Amino acid sequence: MTFSPQLEARFDKLLKSYPPGRQRSAMIPMLMYAQDELGSVTDELVDEVARRVGVTPLQVNEVLSYYSMLHRKPLGKYHVQVCTNISCLLCDGDKLWEHACKKLGIGHKEVTADGQISLEEVECMGACSWAPAIQVNYDFEHFVTPEKLDQILDGLRKKA
Amino acid sequence: MLYNEPSPLETRVLSFRFGLPNSATLDTYLATRGYEAFRKAAGMKPEEIIEQVKISNLRGRGGAGFPTGMKWSFVPRTSPKPKYIVVNADESEPGTCKDRVLMENDPHQLIEGCLIAGLAVDAHAGYIYIRGEYRYLIEVMDKAIAEAYEKGWLGKNIQGTGFDFDLYTHSGAGAYECGEESALLESLEGKRGIPRIRPPFPAVVGAFQCPTVLNNVETYCAVPAILRDGGAAFAALGVPKAGGTKMTCLTGHVNKPGVYELRLGFPVKQMIEEVGGGIRQGRKLKAFIPGGSSCPVLTAKEVEGATMDYDSMAQRKSMLGSGGVIIMDEETCMVKAALRIMRFYAHESCGWCIPCREGTTWLRKILTRFHAGGGTRSDIDLIGDLSRNMLGRTFCPLGDAAAMPTLSIVEKFRGEFEDHLNGKPCPFERAGEMVTA
Ligand SMILES: Cc1cc2nc3c(=O)[nH]c(=O)nc-3n(C[C@H](O)[C@H](O)[C@H](O)COP(=O)(O)O)c2cc1C
Ligand code: SF4
Ligand code: FES
Repeated sequence: MTFSPQLEARFDKLLKSYPPGRQRSAMIPMLMYAQDELGSVTDELVDEVARRVGVTPLQVNEVLSYYSMLHRKPLGKYHVQVCTNISCLLCDGDKLWEHACKKLGIGHKEVTADGQISLEEVECMGACSWAPAIQVNYDFEHFVTPEKLDQILDGLRKKA
Repeated sequence: MLYNEPSPLETRVLSFRFGLPNSATLDTYLATRGYEAFRKAAGMKPEEIIEQVKISNLRGRGGAGFPTGMKWSFVPRTSPKPKYIVVNADESEPGTCKDRVLMENDPHQLIEGCLIAGLAVDAHAGYIYIRGEYRYLIEVMDKAIAEAYEKGWLGKNIQGTGFDFDLYTHSGAGAYECGEESALLESLEGKRGIPRIRPPFPAVVGAFQCPTVLNNVETYCAVPAILRDGGAAFAALGVPKAGGTKMTCLTGHVNKPGVYELRLGFPVKQMIEEVGGGIRQGRKLKAFIPGGSSCPVLTAKEVEGATMDYDSMAQRKSMLGSGGVIIMDEETCMVKAALRIMRFYAHESCGWCIPCREGTTWLRKILTRFHAGGGTRSDIDLIGDLSRNMLGRTFCPLGDAAAMPTLSIVEKFRGEFEDHLNGKPCPFERAGEMVTA
């Protein structure tokens, strides 16, 4: 399997980051970075990462099913994550979540028909003092009102 | 970048570089006494470094508050095995967002803290385990690490001291349980985040089965100040048994939520009224969580006269925790708060032990039904019983973390549960919506 030169460089660095014989440690970061490039963790990727870190594909599958950010199915090009955990909830994060669902016509872990935007209700993501917060892929947005969310989503639609 | 205005009531020891131009760069760091503590420590004996950390009364900032100097002294320094420094940057405790600003605004402070810990226990490699959602911070740290290597602050024979140290970032992939130290070490080894049985503790058998110092980001970030200005100066900032400042995240119903660095022992009332600008819309305080959703909830009456330190919170049968302060005003539905907190733990339970896996699932189900108006009077006691049966009976502290807030809410706000009985709609919801801000 071939990856972009940047990802290959990242893999090289990761495989050299751990003590000799401990290359399995690179597995989770490798899956995370590769998923960003491929859109999801494919069977082919599982085999490739297993080969590179020296474990069986079964061992990779067993590990990846534990982690909520690793996914076997592709998400939207823009993955919108709305936090409804306690600090965000107190600042109307739950209403924001409902608003997002209505606006996009999709629910938790669903993707719009054009494959552009997906939604996920997430747990605390470390933005509690600037609540309610969302993340679009890895970018944080703080103090998000329904109006601000509309603008963000419209902006994504235009970019898409 | 800062996401809230600083407060004049802060004591800025760890955050004093925040807001300086290019605060994350090596140049700014060096111009502001950066790496001075490392130079000093490199000329000291390991025992002397650990002694200063002990004198500082620094206690772990990740939640449990274990004395840091003591933890470091448990590492068998003369063991022939390599030793490791591991940074817990998993920051996932609901209400907590302070490690994020520490890494974003002053990454070299964390690097210097790791170097000094390395000198203290004879470790030559370190790993910063950063939660997967904080991808941009992995980039910030990688950039600072690259700069440090380039200018000889990491790598071989650092600044001619003869000390070698390598530092790496490691991405998590979404799992609260991986913030628990032994689950983190499993995850670092490329496995599922299932906790390990202890003892042995990580100090003896940690990363890659080797002796390991594992601390929270903020704990390491306090170390340069301690070595630079002396442990006693740091100790003097806090209260008798706990030194220094605490990065405190004000969240929930305050006018000026934000992350503020406050001396340990800061009065709760002043924190809410003056630092936080008071409760929104002039309302009254109903409930207070001192440090992340895993802490027992306190009532407004219980926090009267309280100060933000370990002992004051322990006297009130809660904990200082992680620094994630959650403030709830009088319009908050405590049943809904309990439900949302339990949904989190049920989602994050790793499923390894039965009291936690089953307990959180059942509590989530009962609280969901209860909040929707389908509860019965006996459910109220059942919620308490289920929580009590989890306490102290789980393989790792996540079970307690789920039980403690739930138990405190059902005991202290029983009346609100009764108000939800007999199919009555939630008294705090109007037209199906929660009345908050
Ligand atoms: C379920 C659970 C989650 C935890 N999450 C974190 C975390 O995100 N960050 C952290 O530093 N400590 C976390 N801890 C505490 C760690 O186990 C450990 O006590 C801490 O990292 C030690 O560092 P310290 O002594 O500097 O606080 C968690 C503990 C539990 C039980
Ligand atoms: S208490 Fe919960 S998180 Fe901890 S080991 Fe048991 S099931 Fe896993
Ligand atoms: S509770 Fe939403 S980011 Fe922490």
